[in-house]
Amino acid sequence: MKRIDHAEASSKFIRAKDHVEFHDRRLWDLRQKRDRESEHLAEWEELRSLASAIKEHTLANLAGYLEEFERNAIKNGAHVHWARDAAEHNQVVFDILSSHGVGTLVKSKSMLTDECDMRPFLEQRGIEVMETDLGERIQQLDDEPPSHIVVPAVHKLKTDVARVFAGTIGTDPKNSDIHYLAESQRQHTRPYFLRAEAGMTGANFAVAETGSVVVCTNEGNADLSVNLPKLYIASIGIEKIIPRIEHLGVFVRMLSRSALGSPITQLTSHFRAPRDGTEMHIVLVDNGRAERLGMADFWYSLKCIRCGACMNTCPVYRRSGGLSYGATYSGPIGVIIDPTFNLRKYSMLPFASTLNGSCTSVCPVKINIHEQIYKWRQVISERNQLPMVKKEAMQIAGKVLASPKLYRAAVGTAGTGLEHLPRFMLYNRLNAWGRQREVPEAPQFTFREWYLKNRVKKRAKP
Amino acid sequence: MTVGLFIPCYVDAFFPEVGIATLELLERFGIDVAYPLDQTCCGQPMANSGCHDDAAATERLFVKNFAEFDHVVGPSGSCVHHIREHLTAIAQTPQVKKVRATTYELVEFLHDVVKVQDFPWAEFRHTVGLHNGCSTLRGLREAKTSEINEPDFSKPMDLLSKVKGIQFAKPERPDECCGFGGTFSVYEEPVSARMGYDKVKDHHRAGAEYIVSADMSCMMHQRGCAERLGLPIKFIHIAQVLNGARE
Amino acid sequence: MNSRDEILTRIRKAQPASRPLPEIPTFDRGSSTSIETFKAALLRMGGRFVDAPTDGNLDAQIRGLFPDAKVICSAVPEVKGNRPIERVRTPQELADVDVGIVRALFGVAETGSLWLSEAQFKIDAIGFLVQHLVVLLDPDAIVANLHQAYRHEGFFTARYAVFMTGPSATADIEGVLIHGAQGIRTMTVIPARL
Repeated sequence: MKRIDHAEASSKFIRAKDHVEFHDRRLWDLRQKRDRESEHLAEWEELRSLASAIKEHTLANLAGYLEEFERNAIKNGAHVHWARDAAEHNQVVFDILSSHGVGTLVKSKSMLTDECDMRPFLEQRGIEVMETDLGERIQQLDDEPPSHIVVPAVHKLKTDVARVFAGTIGTDPKNSDIHYLAESQRQHTRPYFLRAEAGMTGANFAVAETGSVVVCTNEGNADLSVNLPKLYIASIGIEKIIPRIEHLGVFVRMLSRSALGSPITQLTSHFRAPRDGTEMHIVLVDNGRAERLGMADFWYSLKCIRCGACMNTCPVYRRSGGLSYGATYSGPIGVIIDPTFNLRKYSMLPFASTLNGSCTSVCPVKINIHEQIYKWRQVISERNQLPMVKKEAMQIAGKVLASPKLYRAAVGTAGTGLEHLPRFMLYNRLNAWGRQREVPEAPQFTFREWYLKNRVKKRAKP
Repeated sequence: MTVGLFIPCYVDAFFPEVGIATLELLERFGIDVAYPLDQTCCGQPMANSGCHDDAAATERLFVKNFAEFDHVVGPSGSCVHHIREHLTAIAQTPQVKKVRATTYELVEFLHDVVKVQDFPWAEFRHTVGLHNGCSTLRGLREAKTSEINEPDFSKPMDLLSKVKGIQFAKPERPDECCGFGGTFSVYEEPVSARMGYDKVKDHHRAGAEYIVSADMSCMMHQRGCAERLGLPIKFIHIAQVLNGARE
Repeated sequence: MNSRDEILTRIRKAQPASRPLPEIPTFDRGSSTSIETFKAALLRMGGRFVDAPTDGNLDAQIRGLFPDAKVICSAVPEVKGNRPIERVRTPQELADVDVGIVRALFGVAETGSLWLSEAQFKIDAIGFLVQHLVVLLDPDAIVANLHQAYRHEGFFTARYAVFMTGPSATADIEGVLIHGAQGIRTMTVIPARL
């Protein structure tokens, strides 16, 4: 299994000057909007603590809350299914759709369905799947995964969208007016809402005390997907459970403020029971979440409410783009989740970070993201997944720096020039440092040499 | 009160003037400072790469060198943050715990322990951009961060604002990471350089003649970027400014 | 063991030590429930606010607001429209409606949100399939914030409940704000006592 090379992918992203500049500016703007919202709420930090505490309590009692959710959902007339992994999820969804004779499925954005790679599974079995969120639709038509969990096509400029639409839904290739493009997607998608036999959503939250599925959108596409067809399927990761309706006050107040810097999404929908004459099916999905719950250093990552604030603030993500991470989940949250899906494949991701900690500071549920990134580096080293070059460099560094004599020999100045710079500091990749930066000059003396000369009294030789 | 002077490996090797300024500055306040001659490094390069075991011997040596002092003071936020938060490759004996708990970064030592009110010898008639390294900022909590809704505070600013003639230029993104990140600067060079370029351009646009920081590691990277870009911006450590450097 | 039992067993084995659930304050000290506060929040989210007509004729006012509208469908007794909602049998039949009129059960001053459920919509799709939505709101039926709003018993009884806050929107292409993404293009709130 080939390792995802984030550095290599990022260098391609950075070479596209207009794209990287826009991407960085756009997401920094979302980060600043978040800041303005957080500054307006005196209780902001208290809300973060509450949100974190609710999630930690729930995860520590997850089995009980899942059972309560299931009981209430069934009482409401919904069907509840359980899927151990992605393959089972896809099969369950297909079985529900095919047993109801569904030919067309309309769906709103769900990272879980992307994680399970559901769409190709259904399409290969003859079910037409229409992504109704504009950003997800762009990516579907371009055969690319979403690059950001809230704004899936943020890495694209309008000219890219014009090109994609022209080649697929027949818009004018020369017209990249954003209103024209958005209206074209609305008009093209609308007939699908009307004729779809089934609709599907994910869930931002699932409330145990009522069996409600809560979906937050701006486009209204989740409501259209559910309120028109006679069959509704909700795919929900088991970590999305929260105990009570009143807890939504905390989470809904934080979600859109963190994600987009707006007080609430345009639509906040609560699906508790099916309409008369229709069916509601809920699929509760594990796919590695229970296992992650048992990881003492990493289970806090399950608190995630998928707001994307960590991506918006991450200086590395903004300059490399979500697709550089090679996974459904990118940015800081991706870095701490992806190694649980495949340690070797994602072993370089925890090093795509400066450990600056901004992600942890914006996380509405106080996930200690940068601390988990640090811990993942230890796991990767212990499980022998470090590249050989790095592993050897660290072994050498570890020996040199543990010995005052070896250290002084490495650091002592025998002159200036690149060849005299301590190898352990630049790890044989000198050319990497020097590609876009000047290399520091070696000084005339080390501090220690100066100290010996200027502060330590010289003893006369006997 | 005895102070053990901790000079990070890269300061010892590349920026001795920062070590000298730190020592002189502490001596100006009549502090009994000694520099253990057998010190090497805090262990951060290995630990940050996940190589816990490779860091152990270095960490042990650090504690051995500094065990006898009341306080340990060093001019590097990232190293001090490592010592206080991550020096865990070795057994946590009472001695280890004591050294960890009494290690300070220079600014926080002057601000919180010495409680310096004035730097009468200091004068720096330039416009400066203050750079707080991320370990100093979010790790050691030396100033308010833009992400957190909390009252404004800044220990580096408290000290620098006592310097005669100094003026400040605020960049557009005051606390975005500059992209050094230790080995990140080499293994993720494309993003690192881009971040460094953005950082120095931001300070330059704001009108800073100098970038001042308590972290020479960040500035080593920023200076490398500025020089390659041909930007006329200079770099100086906060110890040097507080110690009376005029330029 | 079936999937359900297997998952629950895995979870029980993995669960960290329990910790308490916090009490949630309502954070509404000094908060306003006025229509002015609501209006400012609504406008910020792209909604429109029109004062009630002095002659009380909502039908005429709505025809004036939407002069090009051909099909007007009302779920409220105060407005007649020209597509009686009682005669609509399937939600798809609302596809050609230009203007829908509904009444929110209550509003939220903090966010400019309106609460509606199947009882208010009559047909849920009316909130999303029509091009323009007019929402009547009783100025006395406004709560201060979402903590207050989530105390409403409607969340326990409604099959479908939604906070609508302004029109549907997207900024997925270059961050440019578009109103009228997949759902309604405009939302107009008219204060009207029940």
